[in-house]
Amino acid sequence: MKSFVSKLCGKIKPLSLKEYRDNGGFSGFEKALIHMSPEEIVSLIKDSNLKGRGGASFPTGLKWQLVAAEIATEKYVICNADEGEPGTFKDKVLLEGCPMQIIEGMLVAAYAVGASKGYIYIRGEYPKSIDMFKKATNILKTEGYLGEHILGQDFNFDIEVRSGAGAYVCGEETALIESIEGNTGRARFKPPYPPNYGLWGRPTLVNNVETLANIPLILSVGADEFKKYGTAASSGTKLISASGNIVNKGVFEVEFGVSLRDIIYDICGGIENENELKFIQIGGSSGACLPEKLLDLKLDFDEFNKHAIGLGSGAILAVDKTCCILDFVKMNTEFFIHESCGKCTSCREGNRHILKAVERITNGYGTDRDIEIIKNIAKIMKESSLCGLGQAAPTAILTTLEYFYDEYKEHVEGYCSTGVCELKGEAIKHG
Amino acid sequence: MDKIIVTVDGQKVSVESNTTILEAARKTNVNIPTLCYHPDQNIKGSCRICIVEVEGQNSFSAACCTPIREGMKIKTNTMKVREARKMIMKLILANHNSECISCKRNGNCELQTLCEELNIEENDLDKFTNLLPIDQSNPSIVRDQSKCIKCGRCIEACDEIQGVGAIYTVNRGHEMRIAPAYEKNLCDVQCVYCGQCINVCPVGAIYEKDNIEEVWRALEDSNKHVVVQIAPAVRVALGEAFGMKPGSIVTGKIVSFLRKIGFDSVFDTNFTADLTIIEEGNELLHRIQNNGKLPMLTSCSPGWIRYIEFFYPELLGHLSTCKSPQQMFGALIKSYHAQKTDINPSDIIVVSIMPCTAKKTEAKREEMQDNGYQDVDIVITTRELAKMIKESRIRIEELDEEGFDDPFGISTGAGAVFGATGGVMEAALRTVYEVVTGNELEKIDFENLRGISGFKEANVPVGELNINVAVTNGLKNAKILLDLIKEGKADYHFIEIMCCPGGCIGGGGQPIPSTNEIKEKRIEAIYKVDLLSELRKSHLNPVVKTLYEEFLQQPLGEKSHQLLHTHYTDRSKE
Repeated sequence: MKSFVSKLCGKIKPLSLKEYRDNGGFSGFEKALIHMSPEEIVSLIKDSNLKGRGGASFPTGLKWQLVAAEIATEKYVICNADEGEPGTFKDKVLLEGCPMQIIEGMLVAAYAVGASKGYIYIRGEYPKSIDMFKKATNILKTEGYLGEHILGQDFNFDIEVRSGAGAYVCGEETALIESIEGNTGRARFKPPYPPNYGLWGRPTLVNNVETLANIPLILSVGADEFKKYGTAASSGTKLISASGNIVNKGVFEVEFGVSLRDIIYDICGGIENENELKFIQIGGSSGACLPEKLLDLKLDFDEFNKHAIGLGSGAILAVDKTCCILDFVKMNTEFFIHESCGKCTSCREGNRHILKAVERITNGYGTDRDIEIIKNIAKIMKESSLCGLGQAAPTAILTTLEYFYDEYKEHVEGYCSTGVCELKGEAIKHG
Repeated sequence: MDKIIVTVDGQKVSVESNTTILEAARKTNVNIPTLCYHPDQNIKGSCRICIVEVEGQNSFSAACCTPIREGMKIKTNTMKVREARKMIMKLILANHNSECISCKRNGNCELQTLCEELNIEENDLDKFTNLLPIDQSNPSIVRDQSKCIKCGRCIEACDEIQGVGAIYTVNRGHEMRIAPAYEKNLCDVQCVYCGQCINVCPVGAIYEKDNIEEVWRALEDSNKHVVVQIAPAVRVALGEAFGMKPGSIVTGKIVSFLRKIGFDSVFDTNFTADLTIIEEGNELLHRIQNNGKLPMLTSCSPGWIRYIEFFYPELLGHLSTCKSPQQMFGALIKSYHAQKTDINPSDIIVVSIMPCTAKKTEAKREEMQDNGYQDVDIVITTRELAKMIKESRIRIEELDEEGFDDPFGISTGAGAVFGATGGVMEAALRTVYEVVTGNELEKIDFENLRGISGFKEANVPVGELNINVAVTNGLKNAKILLDLIKEGKADYHFIEIMCCPGGCIGGGGQPIPSTNEIKEKRIEAIYKVDLLSELRKSHLNPVVKTLYEEFLQQPLGEKSHQLLHTHYTDRSKE
């Protein structure tokens, strides 16, 4: 466990500017604003090798550079706090533990890319966070950290707090932008990307909460010091939301490079009730289901890429052997049926065909053809959906088909080894 | 613009840097299939039928919305692409009511055509078709959601082109539907019935209310005298439904057909268009000379009338009180014509053939009844006429051209141009100039008022008067002018407003497709009809003259007031 990006959470009063400042708060921003040019800041963030913590792990410095390079009368910085990925609750810790750190990150970003208006888009299910940000921005306005001529300099920046209405897809940056604009939360096709054409058609930087929380620290300690944490490909630390059948559930800050096994068995105290682990789902409902044998994988973007896995938001759901894979996939698919926005064919229509076939299998009426249907539709969704939601929705299906194919097969043959599924159909006779 | 070289299926092509994969492929004669794409609309990228492989990418790219990059290697016809497109199509079909045989768009359906092109065979996916009740709540437009493929084109037509916003998406995921707010019926929301949604629907999810059977029934009834009128825009579009080139003029063939199937009189709406010019022109002069409400707004487009009644009731005083040519025609048939032919008006059935779905509702307006008779009894669209022709088995291509019946078959080129945006204005100016000055107008072609552009204006010296006019089409464009009027900034005497983009030739009842390219051809044809007319100014129409002498007496007179003028209703609370 490390204590870096979350080091002030729980240690200071979240809305106390004095305590935040006494602990080094705003020193990074002051340094940036008074002693550094926007170009220097962008190159510092690039040097730090910071990658986005929201799920896509896009290099943060490069994103900033793209927005900074745009010429426009208005640019925007948006903090994506629509933490909707099931099993993910790490941003909440930062939002409620140290809101000023996130705002400081936004201030640095705004100065670096040339934005004068910011939005923080907080999921509607986090009323406390929303309340806290409203208070924090008011305090900082009064204290001269937000508004016009910030710290007496020629820099203006203001932040508006916006709340989502519960749609998972609004965590996708273009759907989030649509939602801020007052439209239905539906993703835009890309390109153009938000750095070129974002909120109200203007260049827009969208960063995750945890990404922005890292910014003040990078400015304070410098890129080299920051890179001492983690691995060559993945600098810094990562907040992990751990849940499921483990002893210690919660948010943990770990250094990149730690193995999944260490996270599960060391940090999280192993599997509860002395049960055995069946798989972990990493990155939330849109993440891959990895069997026990892959636990030696290191938390590292490159290593994950080699296995075509995304780290996602850093959620880890541990599932023990009492769980039936098909039952799990069914629940996972129901989530995406509920959250698909309906815009593109593959995602709108695909999920329910998968669910229907899975239900046939769990009810004992499934055939090999159903496994085929599930596989084919999952593939078409992944490869042809318009946005990340539809592309990632079938990840659990595709990975369980890869690692737990036998369990699909046994159901079709009339048998559920975990005893979860009541197979009523004709398939039983084969069992 | 910089040129970029990309490879499409092994063939190099040099295209401008802002080109999409779809456009680049077309340059190599590869026609990537599309479904949500429409040439006159924003790119949506939602149906995913146009996916292609791009070398170096694991996922497909949608060709319609992906800009090309230098050196891009695009593959449009691999096994992987073909199978993926088929799968996407099967997903669409699994949620589509595929009762093609009885569908309004059978034979003219983009989905149907694409299924054939993609070589779709049996669909083994579960069927999820949602057979919701069909919305037949109004006289103009029918919505059948079981056919809807959620492409979103209708929303764009309604919301972005017309600025009406009667329909939008409701719910999300597979429960997403396109519907009026709170899933009400169309008659319960502020829909103007323009039918622009119909013209862009790729399938049979929205269509005109069918009145064909009523026409056949009227023709079978030997006790009825059945009269028909044809609007100016119908004759330049109908041919498209029979494979003729857009812009083909088939007036004589239509007349011949209508006579053949038993109409007692085949007349021309162009005649009452001429009459409208006399009444409306005089109304304009009256307003100018008597400090009346200006600018005066035209009133022949019923979708536009509904729009102003819904959204700008405070401006209703600006509307000309003239009925539309369709309604003037009906009123005259059941009065003047009935008298002259000694037929009881109750035994007369007036049928209109219109390019318009809103005309169906206009005919049913309460105030459109004079002497107790409904002016117009049945309205069918150009598309319905095409269906009647097919049903009759008469080969329109082979029919001889015939002329309209007297007296209401005589019209001028000014009546003809009513069918195109700017036409009413041009016709009015031709007459107003000569009526006011007593001199012959030499240059009668008002070129700057023609064409598909959304806003046109002109300043025309008429004697001592400088008349400022403006012309607009498409309701979103109209809104701009209405807001100017409200602010007192519209320094015009007369404004022509047509509900549909392009004017009546782009009406919601015209053959599909009805793209801008096709509309331009129809407009060309309209002006050709004008040019070929013996008379080109409404006030020179001899039958119009006779009509005033024998019956109406004078423009804006008592009879005109009773038969040819109307009033409007504030519908903002409806």
